[in-house]
Amino acid sequence: MLLEVENLQTSFRTAAGFLRAVDGFSFHVADGETVALVGESGCGKTATALSLLGLIPPSQGVIAGTVRWRGTDLFALGDRAMRDIRGKEIGMIFQDPSASLNPVLTIGHQIGEILRRHQQLDRRAATERAVDLLDLVGVPEPHQCLRDYPHRLSGGLQQRVTLALAMACNPKLLIADEPTSALDATIQAQILDLITRLKRSTGVAILLITHDIGVVAEIADRVMVMFAGRKVEDAPVADLFRSPRHPYTLALLAAAPRLQRSSGNESNQGAGSPAFGASRISASGCTYAARCPLATDLCRTLAPVVETKAQQHFVACHFASREASAA
Amino acid sequence: MSAASTPAPGIAAAPVASETQQPKSGLSRIVHRYPPLALGATLLAVLMAIAALAPLLGTVDPSVPSPINRTLPPSASFWFGTDMLGRDLYSRVIYGARVSLTVGLSVALLASLFGSIIGFVSGSVRWSDAFIMRVMDGLMAIPPVLLAIAFMTLTRASIANVILAIAIAETPSVARLVRATVLSLREQPYIDAAIVAGTPPAMIIWRHLLPNAVAPIAVQATYICAAAMIIEAVLSFIGAGIPSVIPSWGNIMADGRALWQVKPYIIFFPALFLSVTVLSVNLLGDGLRDALDPRATGTL
Repeated sequence: MLLEVENLQTSFRTAAGFLRAVDGFSFHVADGETVALVGESGCGKTATALSLLGLIPPSQGVIAGTVRWRGTDLFALGDRAMRDIRGKEIGMIFQDPSASLNPVLTIGHQIGEILRRHQQLDRRAATERAVDLLDLVGVPEPHQCLRDYPHRLSGGLQQRVTLALAMACNPKLLIADEPTSALDATIQAQILDLITRLKRSTGVAILLITHDIGVVAEIADRVMVMFAGRKVEDAPVADLFRSPRHPYTLALLAAAPRLQRSSGNESNQGAGSPAFGASRISASGCTYAARCPLATDLCRTLAPVVETKAQQHFVACHFASREASAA
Repeated sequence: MSAASTPAPGIAAAPVASETQQPKSGLSRIVHRYPPLALGATLLAVLMAIAALAPLLGTVDPSVPSPINRTLPPSASFWFGTDMLGRDLYSRVIYGARVSLTVGLSVALLASLFGSIIGFVSGSVRWSDAFIMRVMDGLMAIPPVLLAIAFMTLTRASIANVILAIAIAETPSVARLVRATVLSLREQPYIDAAIVAGTPPAMIIWRHLLPNAVAPIAVQATYICAAAMIIEAVLSFIGAGIPSVIPSWGNIMADGRALWQVKPYIIFFPALFLSVTVLSVNLLGDGLRDALDPRATGTL
């Protein structure tokens, strides 16, 4: 198994006390697998990714649980060993490509830095490899691009460059945090195509973080649905779209924009963000209870555990099977 | 007008544009885009040339008194007149440029260096931040002129001591600026991206934080240079600065202050030079601030 995460808990220090952004999240990613992590804003998707790579400084938050990368416990590794894994074995791209490139360094400089550090290439070999990489991610005129500063590239090109950076050392896992959210629709499709192509040609596993269920359908093998820091459903992509079992997943699917939707069928999602207030502080009960149409007293007092409801299909809901039959 | 005559960098680089349009040299583009930068740099270059060539430009030895020629008004032989010891004011003012520019540039360099080191430590090493910044706040609570006077009373009057005293007084402002810059840069996604790429902390400071902090530091340095020249003049004026045997603009004005109502030219010329020098440095700073923003200009 490439990546195994067990009972990950990430809490941020806030003025009002600790905010539990990730609340006992367990999952795994197999070699070459594309796993999507979906959920609404603030549900802890990004916090999960940042926790994996040790990017949350102790001054901001506390992380508990275990993360095993090809068998080694990442949290037990020293800084130096961790740096060797970052960038070399795990690459990451972020939502806003313009902000994740250093504005005062040329593209060539930024790619070269990674290659020289992780692959001990000399300047010339690094330049050659950088040109190949830019070519791989579909940047026209890679030689010119190496000399350019990031602001001279379009958003789509910038995201291609960040992909080249993330893929520079042939990582085993690519973490893509909302890779298309800051781009417009046509560019989104191009970047998704590119990610799919990279996946096929390099065999890299992908942890795709998104709130866009349409993106998920396009490239994921397996989907995890997250709500308020917890995993509520985990299923192969076809299963999830064919027979979603958690009421939150149903609501998410219903909220996705679709052509030819009959009027009057707009999502009845219930208002508000995933309750940073009351429901996150009260430890008991299902976090989705406040917005769930099926919620009963049982839901409000006892948190459901993740159970196997079908083959490879895991759901955290007291009424998952009933919901499935009703749907 | 400037928009039409200065092609955008992308267009200038394209082969099509360079065939039809006369490509502009770097210098004339700077003049067109940043008039303050060009004006300030030119004025400063002239003043530096004057300071460097002072022995050639000065008509007589600036420190030789000539009792027979006391307090003469400007004339063909004494362009700026003479002071009450009969020394040629033109030569003294020319030589004074050396002192002012030396002090201004040295202080800018030293204060930027000290301030950058302190600011980077404070911004990067969390536990040291509170302590360092309270010390800096304490220093900033005292006006720089007073602080410099206090330091000067502890040491002998010399140019080196004046430079050190003003540099210490100006360091906190750089430290604050650099710390604030580092704190905001640390939150930039590209720093996270660099960490994710496995970059060691020292490299992150050197390759990612420092280049991004250079522009604000350079701009602040020019303002400090201007302030240092004024503080030097103030220190010399009140007799706490450059030894009075060395002609500096502050010393010349101090010499002339008793007579300023009847012989205003003794103060006027050094004051004019000081004003022009400070203005040119400030223009340079304003121009740099605009020119060093890579996103606004497209070039570095």
